[in-house]
Amino acid sequence: MGTQTDRLTDIGPPHYEKFLHPVIKKNYGKWKYHENPAPGVLCHVSETGDRIYTVRAGSPRLLSIQTVRLFADLADKYSGGYLRFTSRNNVEFLLDNPDNIAPLKKALTDAGFPVGGTGNAISNIVHTQGWVHCHSSATDASGIVKSVMDALCDHFTEQKLPAKLRIALACCLNMCGAVHCSDIAILGIHRRAPKVRHDTLNKVCEIPTVIASCPTGAIRSATVDGKPSVEVIEEQCMYCGNCYTVCPAMPLNDPENDGLSIWVGGKVSNARSAPSFSKLAIPFIPNNPPRWPEVVDAVVNIVDIYARNARKFERMGEWIDRIGWPKFFELTGIEFTRYHIDDFKNAGLTYARSAHLRF
Amino acid sequence: MADQKYPTPLLDELEKGPWPSFVKEIKAAAKAKPTAEDLLGQLELSYEEKISHWKHGGIVGVMGYGGGVIGRYSDVPEKFPNVSHFHTLRVNHPSGWFYTSDVLRKLCDIWEAHGSDLTNFHGSTGDIILLGTKTDELEPTFNDLTKLGFDLGGSGSVMRTPSACVGQARCEWACYDTMALCNDLTHLYQDELHRPAFPYKFKFKCSGCPNDCVASIARADLSIIGTWKDDIQQDDAAVSEYAAAGLDIQKDVCDRCPTKCMDWDGKKLSINNRECVRCMHCINVMPKALRPGKEKGATLLIGAKAPILQGALLSSVLIPFVPADELLETLKELVSRIWDFWGEYGNNRERVGELIQRIGMSAFLDAIGLDPVPEMISAPRDNPYIFFQGEDVAEGTAEDEEVQNEATVKETK
Repeated sequence: MGTQTDRLTDIGPPHYEKFLHPVIKKNYGKWKYHENPAPGVLCHVSETGDRIYTVRAGSPRLLSIQTVRLFADLADKYSGGYLRFTSRNNVEFLLDNPDNIAPLKKALTDAGFPVGGTGNAISNIVHTQGWVHCHSSATDASGIVKSVMDALCDHFTEQKLPAKLRIALACCLNMCGAVHCSDIAILGIHRRAPKVRHDTLNKVCEIPTVIASCPTGAIRSATVDGKPSVEVIEEQCMYCGNCYTVCPAMPLNDPENDGLSIWVGGKVSNARSAPSFSKLAIPFIPNNPPRWPEVVDAVVNIVDIYARNARKFERMGEWIDRIGWPKFFELTGIEFTRYHIDDFKNAGLTYARSAHLRF
Repeated sequence: MADQKYPTPLLDELEKGPWPSFVKEIKAAAKAKPTAEDLLGQLELSYEEKISHWKHGGIVGVMGYGGGVIGRYSDVPEKFPNVSHFHTLRVNHPSGWFYTSDVLRKLCDIWEAHGSDLTNFHGSTGDIILLGTKTDELEPTFNDLTKLGFDLGGSGSVMRTPSACVGQARCEWACYDTMALCNDLTHLYQDELHRPAFPYKFKFKCSGCPNDCVASIARADLSIIGTWKDDIQQDDAAVSEYAAAGLDIQKDVCDRCPTKCMDWDGKKLSINNRECVRCMHCINVMPKALRPGKEKGATLLIGAKAPILQGALLSSVLIPFVPADELLETLKELVSRIWDFWGEYGNNRERVGELIQRIGMSAFLDAIGLDPVPEMISAPRDNPYIFFQGEDVAEGTAEDEEVQNEATVKETK
């Protein structure tokens, strides 16, 4: 390496202020209220009387630089060059001229980016990398997201649901996408204990670290073919993959047994009811690429039943709380199994501990 | 696509349908980049075999940093040599994910010069993701990024890139300046972001109101959720306009209130603000008529995480209210105490929420010097196995039993 005198480090991110639309800069902290004139369009009104319009479009999150440049071109043409992304991977253009809303919507739609995701709609699915970039994934992420959103696209471009509905996907229990508080969570799941590579384990991993990594104490030291290694007590393994994360000689990906599970009724918002976890609806659906029809059908079915039965403002979990889980399983036709009853820590907290039953 | 290097009949199915296609994105990049072309080929193989073809990550990065790059190697490099290394850079996003077309184009130019032409806007934690390049391109990419004013985000056992909702930039409900706080925290803790020194990851997420648009209560070790102390700001004329426009205020607002603290007599909406839990429902439904109060700040909550290892946790209340203008100073003091204790007592790969589960919240409060307050719990304990402190039992005087129930904000400063 040569001299590093011009090398910059620890500069942190650029200050956001230089990327703010002038109307936003002027009215920062002065916003008074907002309206939602059409799906995918917001109008924020300031105490000064100024208005900023937002046009929101869905994206696949995985973007080529060609598409990022297309967004930049559209921003130059319609929003003075100002745009942002949402926490759910939508792109938003910030406009001071309402006359640009209609042509921008048309340009986005023509380019294949649906406008919507506001109000009582299904916004974009937050998701993880899957087979595109992850070693521990039990499934792909982008392919399922694409297939599910193809089937639910009208719920993105319209606002006809009882309340907002948030879907998220994580391709393994690590949950880089932290999907555990979503109205519907699609979660990749492993079902076999890791297959220990005894020939390499002692060379690439520290055995005490591997043993300590297991939350259920299912890993113990063992000598295999004269080599120091570990063994897994299979009945104690819950396939979390933590040992694989600390040690590459503990792989647990398995094409025949990996697949997906569906969870429902979680939320992060405090509106009305407290934030809550998603609960298990379907314990396992096999991987079926390229379009995972069983997963798509399962999600669409849950959305349809919810949309027909929930009351105005009821999120998925609030609806289920009102009607009860037996009714949820009856209406959706989803089979209730032993896997729905928790058997990990504090499992008893989810048992029915009253005689409050609906018949 | 007759000129495609590898046929991709399975992935081609994902170019159909109304939702934008990631396969089209990879194919667009593949026209110029052999890396994207080989990614497409390897992904097709994963679709055929239903398994990931990425090896366990390796230690790669830029000089002097211990995070920010996710090392990734193909397990079939002989078939797809251009993705034999396919490392990803996490790049700190500007607060609120605001950009100009100009800066986006410059980021694209850097990635065109050094990488696969593929990105994520954005990764789960909020970083800009530059998806896939070779080891020897990492340092040149980093140098170009810093010249443009961007820096890497976190990975591994570090403070991860903090994120914030759109806040006061474009939301009337933001009870503090989320974007400024996010930016301040990120700059303040550059060392903790870039050089792993923690038992595991640590996340901050800044939401301006209890709608929690960045899911801080589900995802952040330290959740900063905006709230207010005084009365909801109410515009009676606007309430009447909503009623005249057909909103059923009794049914859609009052009946949905979790504490039933609102009354509507057909003309006037009355709110018992002392019973309001600041859930946001009525404000969400009538944004022109109701707004958060004027005495604004945030609730600090601790300990959320996804399931790995001991199960998922939501954050729980640590400090019920910190005034907006005291947030940064309070957080600095609080965080240094939390990190000191967690750094010393946390096990390897134990998030702070799991440390609290292991030792108990009371012991954690002792360790960081906070007094217990009833806002921290949904209910007092219902089991009688109380670990009495030695000094309480030995002396047993009335003086020792006095509970210090003072507000804790001042204590932490």
